[in-house]
Amino acid sequence: MAEKFLMKGNEALAEAAIRSGCRHFFGYPITPQTEVAAYMAKRMPKIGGTYLQAESEIAAINMVLGCASTGARAMTSSSSPGISLKGEGISYIIGSDLPCLIINVMRGGPGLGGIQPSQADYWQATKAPGHGDGQILVFAPSSVQEIVDLVAKAYDLAETYRMPAMLLADGMLGQMMEPVEFPEVEPAVHDKSWALTGTKGKRKPNIINSLYLQPKELEDTVKARFKRYEIIQEKEVMIEEYKMEDAEYAVCAYGAMARIVKTAVVKAREKGIKVGLLRPITLWPFPQKEIAAYGPKMKSMLCVEMSMGQMVEDVRLAVNGSCPVSFFGHTGGVIPSPAEVLAEIEKMAGGAN
Amino acid sequence: MQLNRRVNLITGHYGSGKTNLAVNLAMDARKQGKSVAIVDLDIVNPYFRTADFADVLTAEGIRVIVPTYANSNLDIPALTGAVDSVFTGDEDCVIIDVGGDDAGAIALGRYAPKISREPYDLFYVINHCRYLTSTPEEALGVLRDIEAVSRLSATGILNNTNLGEETTPALIEASASFAKEVAGLANLPLCATAYDERLPAPDLPNGYPVKVYVKKIWET
Repeated sequence: MAEKFLMKGNEALAEAAIRSGCRHFFGYPITPQTEVAAYMAKRMPKIGGTYLQAESEIAAINMVLGCASTGARAMTSSSSPGISLKGEGISYIIGSDLPCLIINVMRGGPGLGGIQPSQADYWQATKAPGHGDGQILVFAPSSVQEIVDLVAKAYDLAETYRMPAMLLADGMLGQMMEPVEFPEVEPAVHDKSWALTGTKGKRKPNIINSLYLQPKELEDTVKARFKRYEIIQEKEVMIEEYKMEDAEYAVCAYGAMARIVKTAVVKAREKGIKVGLLRPITLWPFPQKEIAAYGPKMKSMLCVEMSMGQMVEDVRLAVNGSCPVSFFGHTGGVIPSPAEVLAEIEKMAGGAN
Repeated sequence: MQLNRRVNLITGHYGSGKTNLAVNLAMDARKQGKSVAIVDLDIVNPYFRTADFADVLTAEGIRVIVPTYANSNLDIPALTGAVDSVFTGDEDCVIIDVGGDDAGAIALGRYAPKISREPYDLFYVINHCRYLTSTPEEALGVLRDIEAVSRLSATGILNNTNLGEETTPALIEASASFAKEVAGLANLPLCATAYDERLPAPDLPNGYPVKVYVKKIWET
């Protein structure tokens, strides 16, 4: 067994990226993800990597664009308002078909909002991380160990499909400490014949670009990208189904919120309510088919989020009216407690009986 | 664990368990009949801090001093003037929970002249399971950084080795040689080895059973 360490979510994020072969970090400090940058600042110089604190989030994401163009594993990290600033760059990276890793340790919004944990950037991450037709891979870990596992996965899939991947965490997950081990695996190697590494006079120059002069050419490019998205939606969905075997009710939650829901599910089971948890691990691609399949089997579903209700829309689209879907949440940095979620489960079960 | 001096500073690497130890030491000193003040001096980390336990501590009659905007949405680590009041000496026992690493200990430097006016204890908390301080040399490096910015000298080592919910007595016992080596390198006494009071006591000298106050919301 590999050695176990006690690590903060933010530290584990950074170390996992390094172990996945990331040697180029471009960031700008913001609570509650500052430890990611602080860790990189400490470690990168020792392992021959680059830690660069840019003059702004906009600069940092464009450095990622440049770095990723060379085929190197690049990364940036921020929190909600900082991710908004990165939006234009993310869109350019999507449009340039480049892989990279973007971390969003979400805090309360909109605007400057607050520094306490939140999940209010679900829509931004999954629907419109930047302008234009395009998607990014979005992973939502719910433990520090899963952070480690998903960072490796995120780089692997980002390079497989040549697109940005985002790890969507929240302040709670970033700051909490749990035991982790790092699997002894070599990062996956992908073809990077597209990378800008110098022709040495032996090949035609590669071009990394998101500008297309002819509308038809742009349409064809976007359509080809969407063909890849279809493959991803078919092959790369990840979901945890917890106590769903005999469930009559399901609670949907992701990230650290799902840990709170799990506690509530266990307590509800003790009270005789047959309830389970559906936890999307990939938010894009969303586990649409998996959740849809549960719809007709459930008396009711409840979605719990640290927002005013964002993922609940995808859950409703998935079940498409086959069962009622209710919502419970807090926002602005207020965290729903296990007791509150339990009360909502009881309400759902009582109301449907 | 018996505190011998009035002013006790709890320092260490991020996540070594300073806050949980500080809260335990304060509660224990109070149980011994002492008047106690605890100061949350963490200017680095907005979460999992002594301020989280202000209600529990206050209920026991402990004076709690926290940064003005702790646990609010204001990202300004402003220390209150009340911190100075603990050095003028009404309480029998003062516990100061310092922020992690040298980045956190820098706040101590501002109080160094006042702290140095009387004999103090500066404990350095270590956890063998923490990734960047898992060798004695790394642990010593962080201690030296903390001493440099705080302008104070450590007086003792507290071994707080744990793996969260996966901690076992064997794991704590296995950390003994690491802790001894850190203490040896630093030329300081190993004052105590803390362990979760729900676990069997590890077979080590100076065991200190502690209550786990710092929990995740789903564990509460």
